[in-house]
Amino acid sequence: MRPENYEARRQPPSHEYELNIGPNHPGIEGNYAFKLRLHGDEVIEGRADAGYLHRGFEKLMEGRLWIQNLAITPRICVPDPVPMEISYCLAVEDLCGLEVPERAKWLRVMQAELSRLAAHLFTFGGHAATTGMYTPMFWGIADRDLILDLFEELCGGRVYHIYNIPGGVRRDMPPGFIERVSNTLDYLESRLPDYDDLMFKNRVFVKRARGIGVISQKHALDWAVTGPNLRATGLAFDVRRDDPYLVYDQIDFDVVTEDAGDAWARALVRRKELFQSIRIIRQVLAKLPEIPGPIRCPIPNPLAWNVPAGSTYVRMESSKGELAWYVVSNGGEKPYRTHVRGPSQMHAVQVLEKLAVGCRIEDVAQIMFSLDACPPEVDR
Amino acid sequence: MSAIDHDVSGKLPRGRHTHGDEPDMNAIDHKATGGILSPLKGLQFFGRKPVTQPLEPRPASANYRGFHLNDWQLCIGCSTCQKVCDNAAITMVEIPGLPEDAAKGVRNLRPAIDYGRCCWCALCVDLCPTGSISLSREYVHTCTDPEIDSYFVLPDANGIHGVAYDKGWAKSEQSDLVALQRTEMPEMAPEARIANFDEIVEGYDKNQGIIEASRCVQCGMCHDACPTHMNAPEYIRAIWQDDIEEAVRQIYRTNPFAHTCGRVCTHRCETACSVGHRGAPIAIRWLKRFAMDQLDHERVKEIAAEGKAAYPSGKRVAIIGAGPAGLTAAYDLAKQGHAVKVFEAMGAAGGMTRYGIPYYRLPADKLDQDVDVITSLGVEIQYDTRIGSDVTMERLRDDYDAVLVAVGLWMGRSTRVKGAEADGVYRAVELLRKVADGESIPVPKQAVIIGGGNVAMDIARTLARLQKQHYGQVAITLTALEDLDHFLADPDEIKEAREEGVEILDARGPQEVVLDSSGRATGLRTWKVLSIFDEQGRFAPKYDETDEIIHAGDMVVEAIGQAADVNLLGEALTEALEWNRGRLKVDEQLRTSADWLWAAGDMVRGPDVVSAVADGHRAAASINDHLSIREQAA
Repeated sequence: MRPENYEARRQPPSHEYELNIGPNHPGIEGNYAFKLRLHGDEVIEGRADAGYLHRGFEKLMEGRLWIQNLAITPRICVPDPVPMEISYCLAVEDLCGLEVPERAKWLRVMQAELSRLAAHLFTFGGHAATTGMYTPMFWGIADRDLILDLFEELCGGRVYHIYNIPGGVRRDMPPGFIERVSNTLDYLESRLPDYDDLMFKNRVFVKRARGIGVISQKHALDWAVTGPNLRATGLAFDVRRDDPYLVYDQIDFDVVTEDAGDAWARALVRRKELFQSIRIIRQVLAKLPEIPGPIRCPIPNPLAWNVPAGSTYVRMESSKGELAWYVVSNGGEKPYRTHVRGPSQMHAVQVLEKLAVGCRIEDVAQIMFSLDACPPEVDR
Repeated sequence: MSAIDHDVSGKLPRGRHTHGDEPDMNAIDHKATGGILSPLKGLQFFGRKPVTQPLEPRPASANYRGFHLNDWQLCIGCSTCQKVCDNAAITMVEIPGLPEDAAKGVRNLRPAIDYGRCCWCALCVDLCPTGSISLSREYVHTCTDPEIDSYFVLPDANGIHGVAYDKGWAKSEQSDLVALQRTEMPEMAPEARIANFDEIVEGYDKNQGIIEASRCVQCGMCHDACPTHMNAPEYIRAIWQDDIEEAVRQIYRTNPFAHTCGRVCTHRCETACSVGHRGAPIAIRWLKRFAMDQLDHERVKEIAAEGKAAYPSGKRVAIIGAGPAGLTAAYDLAKQGHAVKVFEAMGAAGGMTRYGIPYYRLPADKLDQDVDVITSLGVEIQYDTRIGSDVTMERLRDDYDAVLVAVGLWMGRSTRVKGAEADGVYRAVELLRKVADGESIPVPKQAVIIGGGNVAMDIARTLARLQKQHYGQVAITLTALEDLDHFLADPDEIKEAREEGVEILDARGPQEVVLDSSGRATGLRTWKVLSIFDEQGRFAPKYDETDEIIHAGDMVVEAIGQAADVNLLGEALTEALEWNRGRLKVDEQLRTSADWLWAAGDMVRGPDVVSAVADGHRAAASINDHLSIREQAA
């Protein structure tokens, strides 16, 4: 009870107050809290409060067989699950030296881009909703559902596909699938001008989004910003093009950039990537009938599968940014350590805390959604 | 369920843009303020014909991963689904009334699913050895009371709601994860092996052994089917982990005849193997042989001696017959600290495995290694001692605390057809014993074998080798009552005998040994068999007398079964003991009606190495109980 151990309780000045946003709120697609200190409508300080979706996946994976972990991977990022599956498989394949058949690689690209379309539609609509415009949100969710239908048909699961397996994919496309994907793409492409009318040609949205949550290119690099958020600052970096994996080196597509670095630019990059993804899938659909052959290389009995000792770091471009797995094997039947380098953690914690300062309370949700962070992946 | 049309997007009204470059995106730039009328363009949808989805439930896709279906007829209760389940969502539940047969590899367990844990990954489907599990195209499960129970469901072929939904995600060749192909066992080619008695099977190398072991799904059906319940899943897993010492340790937990069983076991484990339902069973016998061959013999002896009692018990046990049953009992009793003495009539140990099985299947040096492990524990074997003539049973009874009789089936049975006692007619076991003992036997130019079991194959292939050595060609005819599908011999034996030039004629019933004027056999007359058993299942063969063949041959060999020679017991004891249809009567613990005498092996069980080993363990356990303080106190 000595005086030096006493510390005056830190009280906000009388003109400031605290406000908890979340863990449930419209600014983000999951449970994620954000604690604000406000002066009037202006944010003085924002503090990210993650952990509501922590399931301990990285630790859980150390206790499961290599193949059992497949079911965990898509759950790490629910809106965009496919890159999680594929990159985990790429890591295991890299450690085992498995040779993935060509057809499986093209099928993986198709899934990854379909998943990107679904994720961007989700975010795109969500961003509009944070500015009070619900029509694009309804449209985005409804159109995303068409892609979920395709996934259901391809692999029997709408959200958690678990379609990839180390060595390839689990089964081939059902008959007539190419035509149905093509139809869906035609429909989605025809819808793009409608989205533009409601977003980028709409004064309300432009006024709300322009100049909000600006990230400079230098800051983006300092804060480990990746993906559409980085490209919205004018830097054309895309893992698909700059460190190609699967068969992206055989596919023609543009890396979309915008210079402004604000919420508006981030939304526009995503909007343009919708079109690029459609382009990529069209090329895959044209190519797939020419590629015969197995969809999976022979793999050992899953119950007796030792992955050779070693470690690997595999990265790919998810809809949120650069996604990577660091996987260590000690030669056993379970991973020794796995680590997900997810893009959302940077965007949702350090970037968001910086961007929130100085903005008005009504823009916080928009900034969050424009960063497209995924709470299940932040927490894991 | 109607045909499924998932192509919703094909029917939706199109927007403005069709194929081509990005529409006027360049017009959008950061400075443009946007119009206030643009969003009103959304109103155009009011004028459109509405899209109506039908009210009836939307059918799921053909691959849908819905709730589980399990075809109970196909399911064998192996629990592989439980092992591969990510979330421990599967519990195997015992269903009374379902068939349960360890020998066939069938358990009355069926998977129950906890849908609070299931993540619908369908690995249970992809790794199911039989293909009984699939997932349905059913979307919805609604809670009923009590809520918790309604999530824990035992699915059958009608799914979890008793409504037969179509199969969704099911076993397909593409998605199957069971390793169905067996690692080929390298063998000598027929031309290379026919003129000698070298071992045919070469054995796996290290890589092949580990790959073969990796196919195992650890269901334990083999353990249940094995007469001595070998820890096959454990040693297979140890082999896969490249821990040969642990594999040998697991093998010696239940079987000291490891080299022998690794070569000539009847491998009931492989019949029961769950992977064998759609593919080739794991080569469990060859894996046991692989583990034994990999490890240095001296190290095997150290491992076998682990757990031996530190102090002698002071009790003495006599065992008659150094075959698999007798020596297994000796192994157990010696480890328990008892002084064991084995009396053997022949000059070497092994019993019928040495004198009945040809060297090309079981080389003598491998059998010697098995015996050496057992004698290294302190078991004493007295050779060339015949009980009954050299030592009497009464003497053994007085000198020892317990006696185990474990003699094999040394007497060949005769068909008793006309001429069966003539010159040139032999019993297979006698010939095999002489060949094994290094004695010379007459080598026929042309031989006729009667019998369709493994002994018939053994003598046919032994004579074939001798013929090749003496005359340069093989002339053997093998006739059996059974048709080829019901032969008692292993399919491998039949295949290899044919490769070596043995002619196999099925469904032929012997009628008479044809003799020449001097009374020597010159052939066998057979009729075609129409049926072997009558309606009551009794042995009463019916023949087609018009279909008669005389098989020429200067030697006729009968290989239709064996019997034990029980003269060693002596008249007084034979009189005193209880018998059951010509066999010594024993209880569950293999104890005879005399409280100091046990009987085990072929003489009470029928001919089979691994059953003899199982008997040896059982008799040893009973004898140990008898010798221990427990029984005496009681």
